[in-house]
Amino acid sequence: MRASVLATAGAVLVLAGCGPAAPSTSDSGKAGGGVTVFAAASLTEAFARLGEDFEAANPGTEVKFNFAASSALAQQLNQGAPADVFASAAPANMKQVTDTGAITDTPTTFVRNKLAIAVPKGNPGKITALADFAVADRKIALCAEQVPCGAASRKVFDAAKVTPAPDTLEQDVKAVLTKVALGEVDGALVYRTDVRAAGEKVEGIDFAEADQAVNDYPIAPVAKARNAAAAKAFVAFVLSARGRSVLGQAGFVLP
Amino acid sequence: MTRHRARGRLPVVLALPAFIGLAFLLVPLAGLLVRAPWGSLAGQLFNAEVGQALRLSLICASLATVLCLLLGIPLAWLLARSGLPGRGFLRALVTVPLVLPPVVGGVALLLVLGRRGLIGQHLDAWFGISLPFTTAGVVVAEAFVAMPFLVISVEGALRAADPRFEEAAATLGASRWLTFRRVTLPSVLPGVVAGGVLCWARALGEFGATITFAGNFPGETTTMPLAVYLALETDPDAAIVLSIVLLLVSVGVLAGLRDRWISGPT
Repeated sequence: MRASVLATAGAVLVLAGCGPAAPSTSDSGKAGGGVTVFAAASLTEAFARLGEDFEAANPGTEVKFNFAASSALAQQLNQGAPADVFASAAPANMKQVTDTGAITDTPTTFVRNKLAIAVPKGNPGKITALADFAVADRKIALCAEQVPCGAASRKVFDAAKVTPAPDTLEQDVKAVLTKVALGEVDGALVYRTDVRAAGEKVEGIDFAEADQAVNDYPIAPVAKARNAAAAKAFVAFVLSARGRSVLGQAGFVLP
Repeated sequence: MTRHRARGRLPVVLALPAFIGLAFLLVPLAGLLVRAPWGSLAGQLFNAEVGQALRLSLICASLATVLCLLLGIPLAWLLARSGLPGRGFLRALVTVPLVLPPVVGGVALLLVLGRRGLIGQHLDAWFGISLPFTTAGVVVAEAFVAMPFLVISVEGALRAADPRFEEAAATLGASRWLTFRRVTLPSVLPGVVAGGVLCWARALGEFGATITFAGNFPGETTTMPLAVYLALETDPDAAIVLSIVLLLVSVGVLAGLRDRWISGPT
């Protein structure tokens, strides 16, 4: 009973989360055929570009992405979702997957990310530093502490000895960014890469305490990858000079 | 007049899908109960944050239902009785929030009632009223999503009600407003109650529009569904407990109402 309930839940998660898996057409053992990459939502823009570059460099391959919160992806992988590569926004979520044996290779840290202050275009709340987040009459959005960007926010506020007065604690960093882009809040903490991805509606302000909460992004091929060769090739591509250049342009810190 | 039920075996063509449907609805709930951490349940239940979220959920869903009744019953009357041209089109528009993903509804509310929104910027500039990130914002988001349930239910009751009673009242000299209060409304009361209950239940479970429009802050805008979602990120057991609490409260209220109000003559 319990097992079947869980299996059903897992199947629904897989159906809802990723759609049909890429058919594995590779039988040669080379980097060909389809490769399915589960990647953290914050990698969306950079990995979409890397995927195109990888396809161009390896004719005959097709890269499919499933971008979502790392915690959700880790759950899907542990339920047996068909993936070849997992790129997580936090070591904790990678550990959830290595703990169950869904990934057996040692993950490699390929980028780091840190927080930045995000304000709407024109900075109507005149926010310049973390201390401005303590002022009650400014509208402030932060990530909830349960999600990685919220935990990181807490670290930098502790380091700066500032007690923020948030108006909302959002469920993920993109929801925070939306509130900034719509001008509903005066300031927020998001990742530097999110500021770049948001374009001109959002302005970013770097601050010194951001170095207190630097997020490591690990990547590894999945143990039961349908296309193990392509999975390894994709990981190598992300770690290559070309991959580093794309990720650096997106605002990531390179290790 | 007596009616006899058709005798004989249940036709398999009906019984089989009926039981599959029943299992489809109930097995996930059973899954929640099976997985529940019964040992720590009591501790979770009397947690201050859970009480806060539950109280906020009940208050907001009830206020949203009142708002829906005040606006939705007249709207249903307009659609059913007024003879307004283009009513069919209006009726279709009224049901849009039913099919709209609630998150999109929340964004739409932000674009209109947000601080920079079409109407919201004037509310902010003239009256200093800002709805996002407030409890009032939660009520607005829930009412937006739940009102179609009430309108459809009441409108259906109005269309099924016999208009000759209203005509009789009119010939006796009653004004339209008096007729509405003393004749129309009592005759469709079961429809109003059923719609109100549906509306309340939908508001109680509302997640997408609420978190998008009203945000999430404990004690002000964190209703139970939001608390469940965030708990799921770190502590699935807590999320299951919160869900069971919400489930028990809503089933309790609905069952109570059903005995008192909804069950017609059987």
